[in-house]
Amino acid sequence: MSTVDIDIHNTTDAHDHHDDHHHNENFFTKYVFSLDHKTIAKQFLITGLLWAFIGGLLSGIFRLQLGFPDADLTWLKPLLGDWIGADGKMDTEFYLAAVTMHGTIMVFFVLTAGLSGTFSNFLIPLQIGARDMASGFLNMLSYWFFFLSSVIMFISLFLETGPASGGWVIYPPLSALPQAMSGSGLGMTMWLVSMTFFIVSSLLGGINYITTVINLRTEGLSFAKLPLTIWAFFLTAVIGVLSFPVLFAAALLLVFDRSFGTSFYLSEIYIGGEALPNVGGSPILYQHLFWFLGHPEVYIVLLPALGITSEIIATNARKPIFGYRAMIGSMLGIAFLSFIVWAHHMFVSGLNPFLGSVFMFLTLIIAVPSAVKAFNYITTLWRGNIIFTPAMLFSIGLVSLFISGGVTGIVLGNSAIDIQLHDTYFVVAHFHLVMGSASFFGMMAGVYHWFPKMFGRMMNEKLGYVHFWMTFIGVYLVFFPMHYIGIAGFPRRYYSFTNFDAFSTFTDLNTFISIAAIITLTAQLIFAFNFFFSIFKGKLAPLNPWKSSTLEWTTPRLPGHGNWTGAIPKVYRWPYDYSKPGAKDDFIAQNVPYSETPESNLPMEQELAKFEKEDSDEVKKVNE
Amino acid sequence: MTSVLLLVGGILLVVILALVYRIFTLVSIAKGSTKKRASTSNKVNAILFPIAFLLGFGAIFWYSGIAQKYFLPEAASAHGSEIDYLFWLTMAIIGFAFFATHVLLFWFPFKYQYKESRSAYFYPHNDKLEIVWTIIPAIVMTILVISGYVVWNDVTSPAPSEALNVEIMGKQFNWEVRYSGNDGELGRHDYKKIDGTNAMGIDFRDPNSIDDFTARDIHLPKGRPVLLNIRARDVLHSVFMPHFRLKMDAVPGMPTKFWFTPTKTTAEMREMLSQEPAWQEINPETGEPRYKNFNYELACTEVCGGGHFAMRKVIIVEEPEEFDKWHNEQESWASKNKDYLSSKGYNVLELALSED
Repeated sequence: MSTVDIDIHNTTDAHDHHDDHHHNENFFTKYVFSLDHKTIAKQFLITGLLWAFIGGLLSGIFRLQLGFPDADLTWLKPLLGDWIGADGKMDTEFYLAAVTMHGTIMVFFVLTAGLSGTFSNFLIPLQIGARDMASGFLNMLSYWFFFLSSVIMFISLFLETGPASGGWVIYPPLSALPQAMSGSGLGMTMWLVSMTFFIVSSLLGGINYITTVINLRTEGLSFAKLPLTIWAFFLTAVIGVLSFPVLFAAALLLVFDRSFGTSFYLSEIYIGGEALPNVGGSPILYQHLFWFLGHPEVYIVLLPALGITSEIIATNARKPIFGYRAMIGSMLGIAFLSFIVWAHHMFVSGLNPFLGSVFMFLTLIIAVPSAVKAFNYITTLWRGNIIFTPAMLFSIGLVSLFISGGVTGIVLGNSAIDIQLHDTYFVVAHFHLVMGSASFFGMMAGVYHWFPKMFGRMMNEKLGYVHFWMTFIGVYLVFFPMHYIGIAGFPRRYYSFTNFDAFSTFTDLNTFISIAAIITLTAQLIFAFNFFFSIFKGKLAPLNPWKSSTLEWTTPRLPGHGNWTGAIPKVYRWPYDYSKPGAKDDFIAQNVPYSETPESNLPMEQELAKFEKEDSDEVKKVNE
Repeated sequence: MTSVLLLVGGILLVVILALVYRIFTLVSIAKGSTKKRASTSNKVNAILFPIAFLLGFGAIFWYSGIAQKYFLPEAASAHGSEIDYLFWLTMAIIGFAFFATHVLLFWFPFKYQYKESRSAYFYPHNDKLEIVWTIIPAIVMTILVISGYVVWNDVTSPAPSEALNVEIMGKQFNWEVRYSGNDGELGRHDYKKIDGTNAMGIDFRDPNSIDDFTARDIHLPKGRPVLLNIRARDVLHSVFMPHFRLKMDAVPGMPTKFWFTPTKTTAEMREMLSQEPAWQEINPETGEPRYKNFNYELACTEVCGGGHFAMRKVIIVEEPEEFDKWHNEQESWASKNKDYLSSKGYNVLELALSED
């Protein structure tokens, strides 16, 4: 993984502007164990993208099984070996392993590390006007813990007994007992070790993001002037720091149960011909601990994507984001509520029904701030002057997916209805649209939008358009039909449906979904090509290709260490002064003082301009 | 050979993409569109949004009509119809929200695509609007929460005392079912008593166990409340009876419950389905119309290992008289396994006496 990285930076950073410090950089300190937030961001991005392809490949494999249950899969033997039996059928436990690893990889490695890791690292210092993260060293550690975690998880894919296979939620006792399935042996151990390092990585990252946002904002940049991206990354980091330790606790207790004979989650189990000695534990305890992270995790994945979208929609609609304060308010609301809704994953786990009704109430409240966000995005488009960059397309796509996946959350969050729909394909459709696809779209939007700042070159727009339309239509063709299958009661994580009369219908639709999935996955190769090719051969990027008002576009084409060659720009205004009446251009950058824009200032801003004058006069005096 | 071909194909694909990339770039330079703020592509993308909307919603309406026939039949339990009603009510509300927002979301990009002559409307906020669209969803959610709460309370209320006790135990990879005998009480169980014969670990130190019997299929009486006593002996499972809109996890070490009242016998359901075109289709395996072999089914919905997808059990709902007849004909587990019990040191004669 790192070798790919190295090559990339070699060429792109060749004409780097360097500050006075860090003269004695060598190859390793610059590209491998780099302390620079931009390099670390690229490391996260490229690792995340590689994981995305592995995760996508896994879904392709299990979609083959679901779409073509009778097909002879012998041709996959070179890849999967004995997981394909002599009869050309996929092993049932391998199917579950593929599902499990797909989930783990996509949720944690792609949409947490790949999304948050990339854009928090890249954008926080650039958009708040900081030279780097608060601690470059912790930041480097954060990536390398993630790398270590990735290596362990990757190796576990090749174990003879298979990787972890009890679903990405790894509910015990299934995950605790190697007797229960082969993936619960060494594969599960490696999953737990890998995730431990992952948690360390994301905590180190999160603490750093929080500290940086609080302490290192440039002069004039109050929280009320922060771009919504930074608000989103900040809240994401707060959520992560508060919830990942709980996952760590859950994993730790599971390690104890697996290896040291404790009974936190195990009780009265008879398996493999023997009654285990464990009594008094509760599998439900694990579910509480897991979902205390697991639900906030949804927002850890989604909020950065929403932040990125806010920024891109405003920029390309050439309009201020509508309801800036309402957007922040709704993100705060979502972040807070995300901690008190976890048990809606457990309505039918045997939970006290009273708790069920409390969690239903809390869950449905989340629909309100989410709706506000959706309405604000749409209103931002209204009477805009919209330029369709690939990033803009992906952002509009995100809003669509956020709505279509979000509204079904209202169905599932209702405990009474969830009795029927829990663990059916309706749930699969819901979270793949709202969390999987929407966040993925946010990530793609971010890559297209900030690629020029990352690599100093432009990606090809036309390929971007093709990529967007194929992905957007593809994603809907894959996940929308799953609602029908879910309403018909089909349970998720089923290897095949033919055993049941009730689930023997919709075979054509399952085939259709699989074909759509494979086409959509293939379309991602267009992106891969565009991404890697443009790093080397893309057109040189102008300084501010999207005419955006945030600070990162005031840096050199390829910012070096310290980001700005001279002094850090001072911030005077909010980040969304697009198409301001009276202004010369259709945007005013955040670092332009009000005193320089008397033609477009609102009455209150004229007052501020006076203060600015006084301030700068004072500074002049001091300097003299 | 195949791998060589694949490799060559892959390389060719990259080369083609590289060429396309070059062509796109050169054409845009030749046309001078790189200098323009928005090229023809902008118009193409703008018009694609309403087109995608029309095709997308057209497909949804068209397919929703087709898909209906494969949905589950009308709920076969008393609470099931309430859940269904709530489900379709919510679907109508969110369907409307989905449609309305998408009309705007896919129309605005077309309508407000970039034009050099126009500039965007500087409209940073409107507190009234924010309040309106905070309150409206809040009211709708309140209605949904309240109606959900009513149904949920109803479904999860304590079972009536006269409910029929049925025990369902999940294990890798099937279900075991136990009925109480004429005493109406299930005997205790102890996981340490489980072995090859006594799969459910029935504890015969409890006299209530003596007349308990196990069954291959789950028989249930129509119109009488049934209390499912659910447990698992190895890993998590989940009892899912889709036709009754019923689901409850089976947890090792923590018994769970679900009570409900079946409202249609299997025969009545077959009769009802015989009217449906989708169910009149001939099943190629049996050569008969599908409705003739309709059965209520029990499936597992909590991943439990390699055989998760195969944990099926048939549920037979009968008229109460038929059910009573069936119930009385069943032989108790104890009397079927006398040798086993005496080998375990239980005095079979004593057991038989205490049963009478």
